[in-house]
Amino acid sequence: MLENYLPVLVFITIGAVIGAVMVAMGFMLGTRKPDDEKESPYECGFEAFEDARMKFDVRYYLVAILFIIFDLEIAFFFPWAVVLDQIGMIGYIVMMVFLAVLTIGFIYEWKKGALEWE
Amino acid sequence: MDAFLDILWILIKIVAIVLPLMLCVAYYTLAERKVISYMQVRIGPNRVGPRGSLQPIADAVKLMFKEIILPTNANKTLFILAPMLSIGPALAAWAVFPFSEDLVLADINAGLLYLLALTSVGVYGVIIAGWASNSKYAFLSAIRCGAQIVAYEIAMGFALVVVLIAAGSLNLGDIVQAQAGSWGFLNWFWIPLLPIFVIYFVSGVAETNRAPFDVAEGESEIVAGFHVEYSGMTFAVFFLAEYANMILISALTAIMFMGGWLSPFHGIPLLGTLFDLVPGFIWLLLKTLVVAFLFLWFRATFPRYRYDQIMRLGWKVFIPITIVWIVLAGFFVAV
Repeated sequence: MLENYLPVLVFITIGAVIGAVMVAMGFMLGTRKPDDEKESPYECGFEAFEDARMKFDVRYYLVAILFIIFDLEIAFFFPWAVVLDQIGMIGYIVMMVFLAVLTIGFIYEWKKGALEWE
Repeated sequence: MDAFLDILWILIKIVAIVLPLMLCVAYYTLAERKVISYMQVRIGPNRVGPRGSLQPIADAVKLMFKEIILPTNANKTLFILAPMLSIGPALAAWAVFPFSEDLVLADINAGLLYLLALTSVGVYGVIIAGWASNSKYAFLSAIRCGAQIVAYEIAMGFALVVVLIAAGSLNLGDIVQAQAGSWGFLNWFWIPLLPIFVIYFVSGVAETNRAPFDVAEGESEIVAGFHVEYSGMTFAVFFLAEYANMILISALTAIMFMGGWLSPFHGIPLLGTLFDLVPGFIWLLLKTLVVAFLFLWFRATFPRYRYDQIMRLGWKVFIPITIVWIVLAGFFVAV
């Protein structure tokens, strides 16, 4: 059972190694002529001003928080969906109650304008 | 000794997957340039090799010998780590992919879950790259891209749940088998799950930051977005990761909605027996190519969405539709 997962582990390692090897090759084969102007942050030709780590809109945070809720919801759906044909109508109704609660939350977010990006 | 041989055998198989994949990625970039140029009544690359056929190789060699610029303000470690983080999952996702009925590296039960997990890891590469570059364009792109990917990840996750309900298994091979039947291509999931099919593919386009959802690297506003500070091989790795992800999404669409390796005429008298002779791998390849072509077609056809339109489509259109479809599909399976 678990030995089926060995190739997956090896593949993830290989994936990381391929990335590392390619970047390392770039460093070895590429030229290296550092220069102040070349290594300054790119900003369409003029000198970079202010810090690049600036404030950004709070809505991005909001999206991230909403994402966590919905992604958890999806994580709950996965096992349910696999055994749905065995648990039948009762299992279906129970999950629909759960979904209804979340849908109410979703409608609330919508009405509150959390999803607006005017 | 046995364990060593096992791992060696696995390594050989992995090379047998990764090498053709890399070749596909390289030629997918050429295909993109050719397809788009013909759609715009141009010829496209035609200088290197016959009809430009060696162009990707020339590009790769050129990028290999280019200087890798490390910006003074960048967080160097993260800056170098980011491209590796984005290509790793793009390749590793193929571990559970069934190329034909019995040609799969790791036949695990949690295949779909593994894919969902790995495609989510890809976003770290983009966000870390944007943050570590310490450049305004890169930073803007990273937060935009983070929010966009996260929003479409939900729609995609719900779409996967619907496929799961219909197939009753997380194993990709079983999902294909669930689409077999005596009606050929009419048995595939794309008919009963048509809206989900569309949502999954469009979400895939948004996840890979392709046009028309390419605000993360929108050339006309934030130059190249999160990889504006990257050059040489570090840039090439991002590029490869993006195209590898596009091929992955195409192949998964083919597996989940278009019957994977099944022949489109399976079960239909006469035609069925004739086309069943074609190896399953060929069918899968053809279906993947059709979907991969759609990516290029989209890019040549659609103007870029505005950011608020992207968010509206993800949250207010796709998510409600997928929820409704979960309710419907669940009902039909539970009864």
